Amino acid sequence: MDWGLILNNTLAWVFMPETIAYAIATLGLAVHFGYGGLLNFGQAGFMALGAYGYAISVLTFGFPWWGGLLVGVVAAVVFALILGLPTLRLRADYLAIATIAAAEVVRLLFQSTIFDDYTNSADGLGGYHESFRSANPFPPGTYGFGPWTWSATDLWVRVFGLILLGLALLVVWLVMRSPWGRVVRGIREDEDAVRALGKNVFAYKMQVLVLGGVLGALGGFVVALPSAVVPAYYLPSLTFFLWTILLLGGAATIFGPVLGSLLYWLIMAFLANVLPALASTGMIPGLNNPSQAGNLRYILVGVALILIVAFRPQGILGNKKEMTFNAR
Amino acid sequence: MPANQPRIKSTGLHVGEIRPGVPKVDPIIVADNVTRSFGGLKAVDVEHLEIPRGAITALIGPNGAGKTTLFNLLTGFDKPDTGTWEFDGKNLAGIPAFKVSQLGQVRTFQLTKSLALLTVLENMKLGAKNQAGEKFWNGLIPALWRKQEEEIEEKALALLERFKLDTKKDDYAASLSGGQRKLLEMARALMSDPTLVMLDEPMAGVNPALTQSLLDHILGLKDSGMTVLFVEHDMAMVRHIADWVVVMAEGRIVAEGPPDEVMKDLAVIDAYLGSHLDTDLGVVTGRIDVIHEDHLVDDIVEEALQTEAGSTTRPGDDIQEEKVQP
Ligand SMILES: Nc1ncnc2c1ncn2[C@@H]1O[C@H](COP(=O)(O)OP(=O)(O)OP(=O)(O)O)[C@@H](O)[C@H]1O
Ligand SMILES: [Mg+2]
Repeated sequence: MDWGLILNNTLAWVFMPETIAYAIATLGLAVHFGYGGLLNFGQAGFMALGAYGYAISVLTFGFPWWGGLLVGVVAAVVFALILGLPTLRLRADYLAIATIAAAEVVRLLFQSTIFDDYTNSADGLGGYHESFRSANPFPPGTYGFGPWTWSATDLWVRVFGLILLGLALLVVWLVMRSPWGRVVRGIREDEDAVRALGKNVFAYKMQVLVLGGVLGALGGFVVALPSAVVPAYYLPSLTFFLWTILLLGGAATIFGPVLGSLLYWLIMAFLANVLPALASTGMIPGLNNPSQAGNLRYILVGVALILIVAFRPQGILGNKKEMTFNAR
Repeated sequence: MPANQPRIKSTGLHVGEIRPGVPKVDPIIVADNVTRSFGGLKAVDVEHLEIPRGAITALIGPNGAGKTTLFNLLTGFDKPDTGTWEFDGKNLAGIPAFKVSQLGQVRTFQLTKSLALLTVLENMKLGAKNQAGEKFWNGLIPALWRKQEEEIEEKALALLERFKLDTKKDDYAASLSGGQRKLLEMARALMSDPTLVMLDEPMAGVNPALTQSLLDHILGLKDSGMTVLFVEHDMAMVRHIADWVVVMAEGRIVAEGPPDEVMKDLAVIDAYLGSHLDTDLGVVTGRIDVIHEDHLVDDIVEEALQTEAGSTTRPGDDIQEEKVQP
């Protein structure tokens, strides 16, 4: 086994666009669940809207890249309103059911042949990069070192992704330490108590749903930046990867999603490199097909999610004191 | 405990002969034909009720009388099957609970609702009204709300001191005892400077020594112009601070009047005191140890015989069981 190569391939994921994208989208989940107490199991739907909003606007309507980004954000806002209006007055569980179904509806609409002219159905969309790349401030060349060696395009994608992540962190941090955030956390604890104090609980929950959803869309946009938009990417399993990241890092924390995403992708990349190597040397009993071995990691993700929930529900960055009260 | 000096009660609150539903000189709440059924059970069936402004009104009645349900209806937390009700001359039908609170009619809950994973101080600050920083975009710019936040904090700390919770200000509300949570909820409700505060059993589980100081605080609130409506099972406390007493049984208003007179009313005795005609419930509960022997059994019975019977009988035994201090 070439450990140097494995290490190199793993560390490359520290600045991978997907790592950044998952951090942003998971921050959205933290806003929903960690702060607002809203159970959103459809974050993949918001991400799909961000990605498709961008790609379709650019490809079909000739929007500049930033116009496409805005379209994705607006689509997420509209989606949040449609989801929230009927469900936010009901108990939290109903939102959970509605989100998982609605996200699937979104994905299936993009995948179906009805809108083939716009979505290219199951094959997805590509080749929308020109506008974004032409805005690249970095002159052509090679940047960075070691595992982090990038072309100018790669660098631009990562830098822009990090700018979005930084802005998202700043906004969530500012707003959660404000009186607005206090009301939102109060609603997480007991809606009726907050209502009795004269706060429009429904409006706050709607704002929370929109904010977290927009972050999901931004995450989808960053996923789409370097590659293509394929409907099969936005399966419910994507949402559950985000939940794993959220619970790993800590649900009601600002940097939990960043740390969680980093750890998640480093572990996934490590396993993706190590498991096939182990399998080909016959070290995993019953598994000698390297590609099968790569899939083993998704099983491990599921097991990890269960273990986190059982043994460290507050996540790595979560407040232990807070959780001792929650585990009553 | 400080001497239980009788305070000057507000009198002359009603117009005409005292009877259930009697009009008030200056009502803050007026309810008409408010009914609410759960299945076959009519939990609330109020023909007419007025709550006097600027006074302390006690709402009493046996368990299951519909007191909490009436609170829920008046504050928009539940919808009645029929009826109209107004607060401060404003019709409240169809007004959501949060708007009712914004109008100045703030309530607390019988089953305490402290916000467990917010600190005691955060709980308090949440109670303040018209906070600029509670708007999303304002929240992003601390300069827009920092000054108001400081004022709110100052006010919160003063109230916490009054409620003996100041040393707990940075603890999670989850770490408070049951009685402390009751206190926190009441203090939090007062953060909004309500015109009418509705307290559902505010003193249940609160230490008698502290009760006295809080009763004084409630009296102080009245002096500063606030109206108080509270549910309470402790007769001694009701007699001590209430200017007016409304008695509910099986969803209906069966009696009302100034405390001393209501205590003599047959309906109350039937509905509430049950077999304990000769015992002051304050003694039974041990919550307030100062008792005035201001009505004798004979008086009560005599009065009772003269008064029209308006309700069905209910044992009141459950009342004291609930109130036994651990
Ligand atoms: N949500 C509900 N569903 C069904 N029945 C209810 C509901 N809420 C109250 N009730 C019934 O309505 C009646 C009045 O209840 P309520 O809670 O108003 O009594 P209460 O006067 O506050 O009693 P307590 O002194 O014990 O607090 C009771 O018989 C109760 O069982
Ligand atoms: Mg009650």
